[in-house]
Amino acid sequence: MQAERAKSDTVEFDVRTDEMLINMGPQHPSTHGVLRVVLRTDGEVVSEVTPHIGYLHRSAEKIAEKLTVRQYLPFTDRLDYLAGMNMNLGWALTVEKLLGQRVSEKTRRLRVIIAELNRIASHLVAAGCFGLDLGSFTPFMWTFREREKIVDLFEEICGARLTYSYLLPGGVTAGPPDGWFGRCEAFLDQFEPVIDELHAVLTNNAIFIKRTAGIGVLPPEMAIDYGCTGPVLRASGVDWDLRRDGEPIYTEMYDGYTWQVIAPINGRYPDDHPYPPVPPEAVVGDSWHRFFVRMLEVVQSMYLIRQGIEKYSADDGELDKPIEIRKKLPKGEAYLETEAPKGQMGFMIVGDGSAVPWRVRIRSSSFCNISPLPELCRGVLIADMPAILASLDIVLGEIDR
Amino acid sequence: MAELLISISTPDWLAHIIAALVQCALLLAIALCSAAVGIWLERKVSARIQDRLGPTRVGGRFGWLQPPADGLKLICKEDIIPAAADHILFRIAPYISFCAVFCVFLALPFANGWVAVELNAGAFFLLAVAGLEIFGVILGGYASGSKWSLYGAMREAAQVVSYEIPLGLCVVVIILLTGTMNLVAIGNQQAGWFFNWHIFHDPFTFVTFWVYVTCAVASSNRAPFDLPEAESELVAGFLTEYSGFRWVFFFMGEYASMFVVSALGALLFLGGWNGPVPIASLLGLTPEHGAIGGWINTILGPIISMLGLTLDPAAWIGNLLGMCNFIAKAFLGMTFMIWLRWTLPRLRIDQVITTCLKYCVPIVSAMLAGVMLWSFFLPGGLFAALTQPASFPRSAWERTDSTLRVDGPQDVGEMQEEAGTRNVTALRSHAEHGNEGNIQEESR
Repeated sequence: MQAERAKSDTVEFDVRTDEMLINMGPQHPSTHGVLRVVLRTDGEVVSEVTPHIGYLHRSAEKIAEKLTVRQYLPFTDRLDYLAGMNMNLGWALTVEKLLGQRVSEKTRRLRVIIAELNRIASHLVAAGCFGLDLGSFTPFMWTFREREKIVDLFEEICGARLTYSYLLPGGVTAGPPDGWFGRCEAFLDQFEPVIDELHAVLTNNAIFIKRTAGIGVLPPEMAIDYGCTGPVLRASGVDWDLRRDGEPIYTEMYDGYTWQVIAPINGRYPDDHPYPPVPPEAVVGDSWHRFFVRMLEVVQSMYLIRQGIEKYSADDGELDKPIEIRKKLPKGEAYLETEAPKGQMGFMIVGDGSAVPWRVRIRSSSFCNISPLPELCRGVLIADMPAILASLDIVLGEIDR
Repeated sequence: MAELLISISTPDWLAHIIAALVQCALLLAIALCSAAVGIWLERKVSARIQDRLGPTRVGGRFGWLQPPADGLKLICKEDIIPAAADHILFRIAPYISFCAVFCVFLALPFANGWVAVELNAGAFFLLAVAGLEIFGVILGGYASGSKWSLYGAMREAAQVVSYEIPLGLCVVVIILLTGTMNLVAIGNQQAGWFFNWHIFHDPFTFVTFWVYVTCAVASSNRAPFDLPEAESELVAGFLTEYSGFRWVFFFMGEYASMFVVSALGALLFLGGWNGPVPIASLLGLTPEHGAIGGWINTILGPIISMLGLTLDPAAWIGNLLGMCNFIAKAFLGMTFMIWLRWTLPRLRIDQVITTCLKYCVPIVSAMLAGVMLWSFFLPGGLFAALTQPASFPRSAWERTDSTLRVDGPQDVGEMQEEAGTRNVTALRSHAEHGNEGNIQEESR
C-alpha cells in the first residue's frame, strides 16, 4: 500500500501544478464542529493536511479543580456531547475507584443498559454523518430519527435530552420510571430492521463502497502508535475492547453477558448475527471497515441491552444512592479508562483530602483518533478528506476539552 | 398570433413584436413554473424519502406555495458581493446561466406543433444552448474570489464538458434512427401505442436511454454527480459566495435545466407528447378529426369562426392532452432525479470522469453502431420485428422507397400504420409557420 502510494505520488508530481493552501473549517460543513484543517492541494490532490484544534477549548480540566466531584459531573456531559451517559459513567467509575467504593449489582445492570443505549445513539450519529459527508442526506435523517427515540427514553429517565448528568458517582438519584424497560425493548424491536435499511443505503451501496473501500487505510501498528482506540483501532484488526480487557471495576459490569468484540480478526468478523458481506474492495483498516465496525457494535449493544433488561428485572437488589455533594476525597490518585463509543475515555483524579480534586486530567479518544489524519490524508483527493475524517468519528468537545 | 393581430389591422412590425413578447412571456412562465414545481416536488419527495412531511402549511395542506415563499425570503436577503470578487462577472454569471436554460425552452416542443420556434436542427440547438449554462457557473466560480468557488468551477468545467460528449452521442443515436433533427418530427414519429416509443424501438435504444439518464443527471449537476456544489467538500462550490436573488437565478437555472433534460429525454425516448395509449387519436382529436373530434368541431367550429380565429378545436384539445402528457413525463423524469439525489452518496471527481469516459462513451458508441446495424437489417422497431416476422429480414437495399414527400397535414391513421415500419420520416410542419411548400427528401 505504501509502495503504491509512493508510486502515485511520483505520477502526480509529473503533472504538478501550483500548490494551493486551503482552509477547511472551522466553519466548514463537514469538519464536525469547529475543527480547522489546512489543506495543501495540487489540483484535486491533497498533499498535506494539518488539523488545527482548540476552537472549543473550555478549560474542562481546570474547572474540575474548583468543584467537588459530584458538582463536576455536568461538565463531563460536555466532553463527548453525543455520548453524555458514557462520559458520566467514566467519571463516576473513576471517582468510585478513588473512593474505593463499589456499587450494587443492580446499579451496574442499569449502567450497562444506559451506557449501551448511548453507544447506539453515538454510533447512529457517526453513521448518519458519514453518509452526510459523502453527500447522502437521507441516512442522516433516518439515523437521527432513531437517535431521537433513544433521546426520548433518556428524557424520561433524567429529564435531559443531551447533557444527562444521570450516572452519578455512587449510584443514581432515581431509577427508571414505570414501564421504561418495556418502552426500551419496544424501541429495540422497532430499531432492529432499521439497521438493515442503513446497510442498504450505506454499507452495501455501490457508491458508498467506492468512496470508502481502500481509502484512508490505517495499519494496526500505526493505529497503536498513534494511540487510536475504540472502533478506529478495532477496524484495523486489533482485538481490543476495554469492556472485556479493561480494569476489573469496569469489566465486572459486563460479567455474565454474551457479546462479541467487533474486530476483523484475519479479515473475518464475528458471525453471531446475519451481518452483510464485506465487499472484496475493502481493506482492513480503511474507512469502510471503521464504518462497518460501528454498525456491528450497534447490534452488539442491542444484545447487551436486552440481556441487561432481563438481568435488571430479575435482580431483587436496590439501586445505590449517589455520594453526597461535599464528599471528601482521600489523598491519592486514581486513573481509569472506559470504553466510550468513540474510544477509550480516561479520567485521572488526584485527591488531597478535601472535597475538591487537586488535579484532574482527561484523556480523550477523539484527540488520539484524529492524530493520524495527516498521515491518512497524504495523496488523497479533496473528496476523500471528509470521508476519512468522518470515518474517524471525532467530537470536538472531547478533543478541545 | 401575429396573423391574428394582422387580421385585426395591427401594423406588421408591431404584430410580430407583440407575438414574440407573448411567446417569451409564456415560455418564461413555463420555465419559472417548472422550476417552482420542481422545488416543491423536491421538498415533498425528499421529505417522504426521509420520513418527514415537508412543507405543509404555506398555501394550504400540501405547502404548494412554499417555492414563492422561499423566493420571497431570498429576495429579502442582503445582497453580498465579496470584496475579492470581480464585480461585473460576479453579477453577470447568474443571468448567463439562467438565460441559457431559458433559451432552450424556445426550441422545446410541448405538443405537436406547439413550439415557440420550430427549428430543423432543434436537437442540435437545444444541446448547444443548454451547454452554455456552464459558462455562468464557471464565471461565477471564477469571479467569486474564493478558493472553494474556484474548485467548484473547475469541477463543473471538467465534468460537464466530459458529459456533453456521451449526451450528444445519445441524441445522435436517435437522430440516426429518425433521420431528422427536428424535435417535432421526432415526437411525431413516436405516435401511436407505447411500443412505438424510441426506447422500445430496439435493445440498443433501450440501453442508450439509460446512458442518456446518467449523462442528463451529470450534466445538470444533480446527485450523485453534484460535485460542483458538493456541500460536504467544497462548502457550496461555485455557489459559496452567492446569496439572495443571484443565488435564486442559479437555483432556478438548475431546476429549469433538470426540466429541460427530462423533457428532452421524454421527447427523444419516451414518445414526447404521445401517451402510452393513443387516446387523442382514438378519440379523433387530431387535425383529421375522428368520431369525437368531428363532433366537437361541429359544435365549436362555428363559434371559433365567429370569433375570427383559424383554429381547429378538436386538434387543439388533442394537443392540450399531449402537452399534459409531455409535462407529466418531464416531471416523472425530474422525480427520478430527485429520488436519485436523496438516495445515493456522491461520487468522487475521478470516479465521475471514469464513469463518463470509460463507460458512457464506449457504451453509447457501441449503441450507435448497434442502432445503425439494426436499422439497416431490421428497419422496423422491435415490436414490428416480433409481430410481423414475415416482413423480416428486410434489408435496406431491398427498400427503394426513397420517396419525396410533400409536407402538410398528414393522415394519422396512415402514420400509425407506418410507424411500425419506420417509413415516416418526412413529417408535416405547421400551417401556422407557413412551411407548407417545404419538401424534404426522406433520408433513408
